[in-house]
Amino acid sequence: MSTVQVTNLTKEYRLRDGLRRTTLRAVDRVSFDLLPRRTVALVGESGSGKSTIAKLLTRLERPTSGSVEVALADGTPVHGSMYRRQVQMVFQDPFASLNPFHSVGHHIARPLLLHQRTSGARQTHERVLEMLERVNLSPAELVAARRPHELSGGQRQRVAIARALAPGAQVLVADEPVSMLDVSIRLGVLNLLARLQREEDLAVLYITHDLATARHFSDEILVLYRGRVVERGPADAVILDPHHDYTKLLALAAPDPERLGKVVAGEGAPDRASIDNSVCYDHHRRAWVHVDEAADAADAARRTRAERTGGGVAAGA
Amino acid sequence: MTDTQSVPAAGAAAARPAPRPGPAPAWRMLLPTMTPWLATGLVLVGGICLFGLLGPLLVGDPDAIRDVGLQGPSGDLWLGTTQTGQDVFAQLAHATRGSLQIGFLVGVLATVLSAFFGIYGAYLGGAADEAFSLLTNVFLVIPGLPLVIVISGFVPRESRGLWTIAVVLALTSWAASARVLRAQTLSVRNREYVAASRLSGERAWRVIVVEILPNLLPVLASQFVFAVIAAVLGEAGLSFLGLGASGSATLGTMLFYAQNGFALPLGAWWWFAPPGLLIALLGTGLSLVNFSIDEIVNPRLKNARLHRRRTRQAARAAKGGAR
Repeated sequence: MSTVQVTNLTKEYRLRDGLRRTTLRAVDRVSFDLLPRRTVALVGESGSGKSTIAKLLTRLERPTSGSVEVALADGTPVHGSMYRRQVQMVFQDPFASLNPFHSVGHHIARPLLLHQRTSGARQTHERVLEMLERVNLSPAELVAARRPHELSGGQRQRVAIARALAPGAQVLVADEPVSMLDVSIRLGVLNLLARLQREEDLAVLYITHDLATARHFSDEILVLYRGRVVERGPADAVILDPHHDYTKLLALAAPDPERLGKVVAGEGAPDRASIDNSVCYDHHRRAWVHVDEAADAADAARRTRAERTGGGVAAGA
Repeated sequence: MTDTQSVPAAGAAAARPAPRPGPAPAWRMLLPTMTPWLATGLVLVGGICLFGLLGPLLVGDPDAIRDVGLQGPSGDLWLGTTQTGQDVFAQLAHATRGSLQIGFLVGVLATVLSAFFGIYGAYLGGAADEAFSLLTNVFLVIPGLPLVIVISGFVPRESRGLWTIAVVLALTSWAASARVLRAQTLSVRNREYVAASRLSGERAWRVIVVEILPNLLPVLASQFVFAVIAAVLGEAGLSFLGLGASGSATLGTMLFYAQNGFALPLGAWWWFAPPGLLIALLGTGLSLVNFSIDEIVNPRLKNARLHRRRTRQAARAAKGGAR
């Protein structure tokens, strides 16, 4: 039962082009909360900053500014090596996220041992089999001895999920977990994630470009465009009643049986060049919010939170 | 999925151990396919190594002087004698051991150096990578043999031991491999499974040794073999110039003494041909092994070979059908 509070997360990359240096703001003041048993979906096109947020959240990269605060159920903040135990990630490409050299069992045994969840070879092996069975991979004994290339994409992704949960993670970042899988097995993997989320009270950040699964599997949707949140709110509200031009564009891009043959035409779609990402439509407040305004509000919320918990102001930043 | 364990053990099959479930162990993936080329290479290298290992135990003293100088091969002295009546065959056995020793030593040293600078630098990235690359590039443009000659000439002859020569040869030969390893590591370290293992909290050295290194093993093996060839040849060149390790007996020093004893003008082919041939055969054998390792590094080579074989078989089948 852990919660994550992301406040004004910003990431800038320095680009070098000969002698000229430019900075690219990949993520600009993004704030959201992840709560146990709730799923937040990040939706946006390639390059909108979705995966950067995943990397920042899992501490594979450092944020330029802003904070990610993880707290246990009783409110104690999580630091250092405990962070890795709490926040884990499922990668996009199941064909790249497992080392072809090692067996399936190795991939799950390592986090178990690293986080002292088990000790000794026998206990670890039993636990590995248990984890594999939890993600519906059976017979576990056989699967554990196999190497990744002997498994299908869906099976590999299940292994990756088992690995992510092995340290006892309470927060799961799923970076397009089904985009590389066959359409026929996507639902199975997503249902598995949903079941595990219920069983372990996980907080899930679901990153996707697929509006349909985002609506189906998440409670809240954040639409990202060029590093900024341009629309946020309950899943149904965002998908069924899009306000921002970019969200409308996304909705139009999804094939719709009612509009047969009109997908490519793009008539009625807003002009991409004129899309403004400095304002965000917030469905909770039913109002347009400027990005600066939202950032100030998030900062203020963080300050009051810090005052309430008392003295913990030094953390983060 | 089939369960191989549930096969009932029949009486006939009881003698054989039941097939173990699961895949072949990981190291099997690293072994090259047996081809005639690889077999030839292994036989050559194995034979020469055996000769170098066991030969010196079986032959007499290579330095013993007889009163029969410059005699051709005979039943008693298989490869004849030198100008001072030394047994060429005995010398060849000792020289082979010496050359293999230095080749192996330099191979290990150069591989370790290139692995450290290539893999560690690339894994760390940033300023460390830049510094390591710069160092590698500097060593890359240093002309190898002239530097070796200068260093060997600079170190006084009495303190010029086996290790000095090995270190000098290793220092001038690791850079090219380090660049290849760096490129390969840069590609491997950005794969998601490396990020995933960092995410599970693995320490840096474990990520390098357990997650990255196995994927570089074929490259390392091929570089090791190449470094051994280069070292044997380099040492032979140095010794031939009289700049080798003092008091050492290698194939190069044999050629040096043969040259000094006017073996070629005197037509004493048994003196200079065997060591030269042995160097050539060792190089050939190691290169053949290396080509087979290359097939693991670059599976396209293997596919090309298999394709050629299939085409040949198809052609043969067509000919047989027409007849």
